[in-house]
Amino acid sequence: MNLTRRQMLRASVGVAAAGVFGFALPAAATPEATAESIKKFTGGADPVSGGNLTLTAPEIAENGNTVPVEIAVDSPMTDDDYVESVVIYAEGNPNPDVVVFHFTPMSGAAVAKTRMRLAKTQNVVAVAKTSTGQVFMDKKEVKVTIGGCGG
Amino acid sequence: MKNKIIAKATAVALTVFVPGIAIAGGPVDDELIIDGDINMITRAAPPEGHPLDEVLSGWLYRTEETRMLETDTFENPGMLEVEDGAELWNTVDGSAGKSCASCHGDAEESMAGVGASFPKWDEASKRPINVELQIDKCRTEEMGAKAYKFDAPEQKALTAYVKNQSLGTPVAINLDEGDMRSWWEKGNEAYYTRTGQLNLSCASCHEQNNGNYIRADHLSQGNVNGFPTYRLKQAALVSVHNRFRGCIRDTRAEYPAAFSDVLMALEVYVTWRGTGLSVETPAVRQ
Amino acid sequence: MDNIKPRVKVPKSASAGDIIQIKTLINHPMESGLRKGKDGNPIPRQIINKFTCEFNGKTVFSCDLEPAISANPYLEFSAKVTEPGTFKFIWMDDDGSVYETENKIAIK
Repeated sequence: MNLTRRQMLRASVGVAAAGVFGFALPAAATPEATAESIKKFTGGADPVSGGNLTLTAPEIAENGNTVPVEIAVDSPMTDDDYVESVVIYAEGNPNPDVVVFHFTPMSGAAVAKTRMRLAKTQNVVAVAKTSTGQVFMDKKEVKVTIGGCGG
Repeated sequence: MKNKIIAKATAVALTVFVPGIAIAGGPVDDELIIDGDINMITRAAPPEGHPLDEVLSGWLYRTEETRMLETDTFENPGMLEVEDGAELWNTVDGSAGKSCASCHGDAEESMAGVGASFPKWDEASKRPINVELQIDKCRTEEMGAKAYKFDAPEQKALTAYVKNQSLGTPVAINLDEGDMRSWWEKGNEAYYTRTGQLNLSCASCHEQNNGNYIRADHLSQGNVNGFPTYRLKQAALVSVHNRFRGCIRDTRAEYPAAFSDVLMALEVYVTWRGTGLSVETPAVRQ
Repeated sequence: MDNIKPRVKVPKSASAGDIIQIKTLINHPMESGLRKGKDGNPIPRQIINKFTCEFNGKTVFSCDLEPAISANPYLEFSAKVTEPGTFKFIWMDDDGSVYETENKIAIK
């Protein structure tokens, strides 16, 4: 067996596309559709990658139905300077939108955690917008595996 | 019983990945502590006659994210259905005007440890019964209510609630009662019998290949100490007989009815294989 | 929808100025609208589309949920507590249902 891990995953994903997920019907969104949504969210501003926004998601999800995802933004969260909102996109889902978190200075910290559905292996993208007009981005690839004989 | 195993472990139709290229890791060296308080036994010394050197919980074969879900009773989504079970426990049903609580009082006291000892011998029906069938027995004989349909949400919730009262208690079934040993024998035979177009037995995957991969899925020893289990795939509790049937279906065989003799025998045998592991209900699996 | 029970986990008390962690879980199928039923027809979408957490009447945190959120939605976030009061949690369903629950918090 000389398959590399990447080849294996790719092979698995091919089968998964016809799988049991809630998302089997329509065609997947594209990274372009996500880029379009990000532009709308930021009002055209180019997000700064790395640093202030951290997106945490598993490298490998055992089941695409329930994938934990967490965001944290380094921010003073004062009335003058706080994170207004953070949006999460799944580039390969039929609809890339996952969730928008809205924070206030009363949030104390710009952190949030939820569980999402991923139709296949894909990039998950988070974009944060602050009250001072800063825009941050972070991106993680999540590999979605499929089950045993039954999928 | 090991002589029943055919040495050609891996059916041609399967791709079982070698551990060297493991992608989810495991069985991991990790401890399951629930709510920072209940130390769970996930590795146990096997009972006499067990084919494996160590009995391992399926929890050890899951990714960190899946494992974490079980360590916090608030975050464990299976607990939503356990709470439904608590409500059912106190709800009057049937012509006798009784609830479970009418006879058994507070489940936290009366059911503590009980789930760890099922299946057990039922002298009246001359066969082993599991928690689901014990609930039905109470309903039909004491409450004047109908038996639940297999996998009715109420059946899963109440079974999970009863078993959850044994969270942490090591699995220990009594094979000395009634005819339990002959049912154990029948279950043992079923465990090693290859079925379906893929020609697989339970042992093909869960004994000979636990720790390996079947496609991208990491095979466990197939212990049942966490059932009903919250499966991420179904996003709901899954009963042990549903899981048995799913596995058999996946060998591309016709699957037996829930609670049929063969599946009850299998439940006796497979539960015994997990002797010593803590009851994890509701466990969280992929 | 009937039989929806929200659950929240909030500390009973905190020191003034503390940032506390809040966890919420609600039983809901989050039907995506993209699945087919047994009859081959699409199952209509029904999800919780909005969640809000208020403290003494002011919004602390809210979010817009899409069908990509898993069944039985789980949300974890934080809140800065400066005075004793009441947290109110509100989930809005596509069908117009609103599920609410409240938790009081004291100052140590």
